Amino acid sequence: MNTNELKELSEKIVEEGKAFKKKVCVCCGAGCLSSGSEAVLESMKQTIKDKGLESTVQVIPSGCMGPCNQGPLVKILPEETIYEKLDGDAVEALVDDHIVKDTPQEDKLLFSEYRDKPFVDSREDPFFKRQKRIVLENCGRINPESIEDYIGVNGYQALAYALHRSSPEHIIGEIKLSRLRGRGGAGYPTGFKWETVYRHVADQKYVVCNADEGDPGAFMDRSILEGDPHRVLEGMILAGYAIGATQGYAYIRGEYPAAIKRFEEALKQARKKGFLGRSIMGSDFSFDVEIRIGAGAFVCGEETALLASIEGKRGTPRPRPPYPAESGLWGKPTLINNVETFANIAPIVISGGTAFGEVGTPKSAGTKVFALAGKVQISGLIEVPMGTNLRDIIFEIGGGIPGGHKFKAAQTGGPSGGCIPEQHLDHPVDYESLQELGSIMGSGGLIVMDETSDMVDVARYFMEFCVDESCGKCIPCRVGTKQMFDLLTKIYEGRATDIDLATLEQLAHVVKDTSLCGLGMSAPNPLLSTLRFFKEDYIQHLKDSALANV
Amino acid sequence: MTQAVADKKGGDVKADPRLKLINAAIKKNKSQPDALIQVLHVAQNMYGYLPMDVVRHITHALRLPPSRVYGVITFYHFFNLNKQGDHTCMVCTGTACYVKGAQAVLDAIADRFGIRPGEVTADESLGLQTARCLGACGLAPAVVIDDRVLGKVAPEQMEKELTF
Repeated sequence: MNTNELKELSEKIVEEGKAFKKKVCVCCGAGCLSSGSEAVLESMKQTIKDKGLESTVQVIPSGCMGPCNQGPLVKILPEETIYEKLDGDAVEALVDDHIVKDTPQEDKLLFSEYRDKPFVDSREDPFFKRQKRIVLENCGRINPESIEDYIGVNGYQALAYALHRSSPEHIIGEIKLSRLRGRGGAGYPTGFKWETVYRHVADQKYVVCNADEGDPGAFMDRSILEGDPHRVLEGMILAGYAIGATQGYAYIRGEYPAAIKRFEEALKQARKKGFLGRSIMGSDFSFDVEIRIGAGAFVCGEETALLASIEGKRGTPRPRPPYPAESGLWGKPTLINNVETFANIAPIVISGGTAFGEVGTPKSAGTKVFALAGKVQISGLIEVPMGTNLRDIIFEIGGGIPGGHKFKAAQTGGPSGGCIPEQHLDHPVDYESLQELGSIMGSGGLIVMDETSDMVDVARYFMEFCVDESCGKCIPCRVGTKQMFDLLTKIYEGRATDIDLATLEQLAHVVKDTSLCGLGMSAPNPLLSTLRFFKEDYIQHLKDSALANV
Repeated sequence: MTQAVADKKGGDVKADPRLKLINAAIKKNKSQPDALIQVLHVAQNMYGYLPMDVVRHITHALRLPPSRVYGVITFYHFFNLNKQGDHTCMVCTGTACYVKGAQAVLDAIADRFGIRPGEVTADESLGLQTARCLGACGLAPAVVIDDRVLGKVAPEQMEKELTF
């Protein structure tokens, strides 16, 4: 397929879509699937067929719409009405009311239990109003298993532009201009990374997509892969073109079977349409992608460990330098980016780097997808401009803490991050501000905790995770995390003294400074941040032990 | 360990039809050693765990030292050298589930079935595992019974759900 053919196909798909008066999207994201959305989809298809509405109403399975705990969700376009908590039996009445009689069914509208007057146009609801969707713009609106749907929303146009009207240097220039930073957590400038790999001369280079989303409490990458796999793939192909690679690997967590299946399907469709394989879109650029399935090791999210795992080895990290950009997979220059980073590429190429950079803060451009969960009224997937503050995310978008409880902490960055207390909720969220607070952006997991959470127990929970997931290669991490866990347990169980607390703090700094990879270096973060902001919880446990010893 | 492979079919490992699929995976990857993890995935899908005979077969086919294969199997949480229960219950212990009471769910299972994570009931009907995060945080606490995901589970519910 060449550029003109793509354009024609895209126009044809849009034209065909206009024949339908309404489009019904049934959310088949992981959350809604487990609340039974498959039955809703079947029932919806059947009902539309039975009522003879097939020529005017299109029914599709779609990716994640956001408010996962309200599922199964159904969105009706063009009016953007979302209905919640549906089951197969509720579908017929819904079709009768909304589609046949054109009157929305008030009691099934999204958030009807929380809002005095739920919104017919979901975009006006505070949950969506504060969001800005770039990465997730197609999620919940197109059928992720149809390449035609993706082409209909300008899919692969960025690739066509790059191959026929641009150059690798220009693409890298645009990415640099956009000031996009790695969304996997560390926030390294993407454009610079691409340029470094581009500059290395080698007979073979690789592009790797890190979809080993191991942070507990994070499901952004999963939702993106499940909801819009072609967007990620297009980003990978563009990266291959820009840096001069011919082979890519997507390393996806084994715990995400649906994401693997949909990405595999996307690869097949892209090959068939000529977006992948030899001479892509009639150019002299060839590129293909293979999936590698992870086998349950958190450390494989670290880039050098991930590369070892792709090579079929134990996923243990190695010292850097050399960085993968210089010597990565099988010793060849390798570009590793996260799922969300790749999902940002096509929009940057289409609208230009400068336009992308206008969203967000001066140092952190664009948007960030967060997985909001824990003790918050509305949990799910959200995308906000960088610089939005945590208070808005938790109280405006998330609707605050349920059950009359009080906010205590927001945990970002999973086992590598920290707990942020009430007094810092007004900080704009970007890479730097979170680091100042002793946490990290991480990949975007955001867990809200209320006063029932004991911060010593929280620190212990994350430390246990790190003990379990430490690969054992370097001593500070292997032994240090275990010692810290034991000390935390001692404190938690009320057997500790002030000296234990001092030892714990000292040890935390040693592990942070001397570990080989990010896992060990950041393992003390939950401990140190809870010590900094919630010391009273620790003191209370020490007091309890003093009393017990009297 | 030959027993392990021969258990249900009563034949030897070479005649096992499941091995054909493993061989196909090996062939697809051109017997490259770097395909080890992908081939192990296929094997574990077929058997539910990794019988030692099958592991040996893969080791030969990929021309790898046994130490390396053993090292990989024991490194990754996914792979299992021991036979699992007929049914598997996986309780998510990710952060959101932890905050919302995954421990109470585990305790309820321990009370009723007498198994802790990593254990199988005496009659081998049920195995209990934990997952670090299933990514179903919006539905915390989440449990996967065989291939079925259950969200917002209550500890009291477990007895009913796990009676097959």
